Amino acid sequence: MASAALNEQLASLMDSMYQEGLLDEQFQQLQSLQDESNPCFVMEVVTLFCDDAERIFTELDKLMSQPVVEFQQVDAYIHQLKGSSSSVGAQNVKLACVQFRHSLEENDREGCLQALNMVKREYLHLRGKLETMLQLEQRIQDYDKQKK
Amino acid sequence: MSPSSPSKISSNFGNNGGEGGGGGGGGIVDGSDQLEPPHVLAVDDSVIERKLIERLLKSSEYKVTTAENGLRALEYLGLLEDAKENTLTNNDLKVSLVITDYCMPGMTGYELLKKIKESSNFREIPVVVMSSEKNPSRVEKCLEEGALEFMFKPLQLSDVKRLRCHMMKFDEPCNERLCVG
Repeated sequence: MASAALNEQLASLMDSMYQEGLLDEQFQQLQSLQDESNPCFVMEVVTLFCDDAERIFTELDKLMSQPVVEFQQVDAYIHQLKGSSSSVGAQNVKLACVQFRHSLEENDREGCLQALNMVKREYLHLRGKLETMLQLEQRIQDYDKQKK
Repeated sequence: MSPSSPSKISSNFGNNGGEGGGGGGGGIVDGSDQLEPPHVLAVDDSVIERKLIERLLKSSEYKVTTAENGLRALEYLGLLEDAKENTLTNNDLKVSLVITDYCMPGMTGYELLKKIKESSNFREIPVVVMSSEKNPSRVEKCLEEGALEFMFKPLQLSDVKRLRCHMMKFDEPCNERLCVG
């Protein structure tokens, strides 16, 4: 049955995301807050997180391309991203932010650029998987609705 | 920015159905003996955090108003310095608890806490401060200023349920209730 196959695919994807450290138990809390009266909660939070992360990357790119980098501002943005990734359970992104803040302490532009690239990489990797997850969930929902 | 931009302060009733609703302390009893859910004002500059905390609070059956920064929170309480009339009291708004992030641009959660505690109309409102950083001097500073508790993010459902113990009550002075959160 298509639904069972889809559910299996989703379960397998989720497992791999937890195993790879993309997600931690905080994401499970998000899922537990989704219910019939809030059926899109996870998708809404994920969307907000992604929009916010991308906004932050845009600002960081601007800051890092200045002749004199305002490291304090950079730190403030990374602090925001670290906070939001922690709250949604985006573990690897959060860890990459922690790393970034360490390199900020050196005030070393090159080191920071590398660390920023790492954060972006982790974020993009996560975003791709989250998109797949949401698509699978949508297909399952649609399929279940059709059956009724 | 108009003072009353509704998108930045939102007020919604929590789920109030069934079993947990109205149990324990923190309810408001009016003449018809109907318990209203406790009203929490949640302040955080992050849109994601506001969404999360709102959902957590509503799932614990609280009514929630969110504000994106300290200024908006003070505005909601009628505590801005340039307010022409400061006649709003907490009997009008019935805010049972304020929960605020510590790290916010402009006015920190600590500064917001101070303003609330300095106000004759609102100083009795319990304030809880939250932060993603475990900074002991920050915690101490807030507790000394009158914060009832300092919580670490990300908040769990159990943290939010526990808030019920701190909630301000608006009914007749009731006896101490056991915190079973």
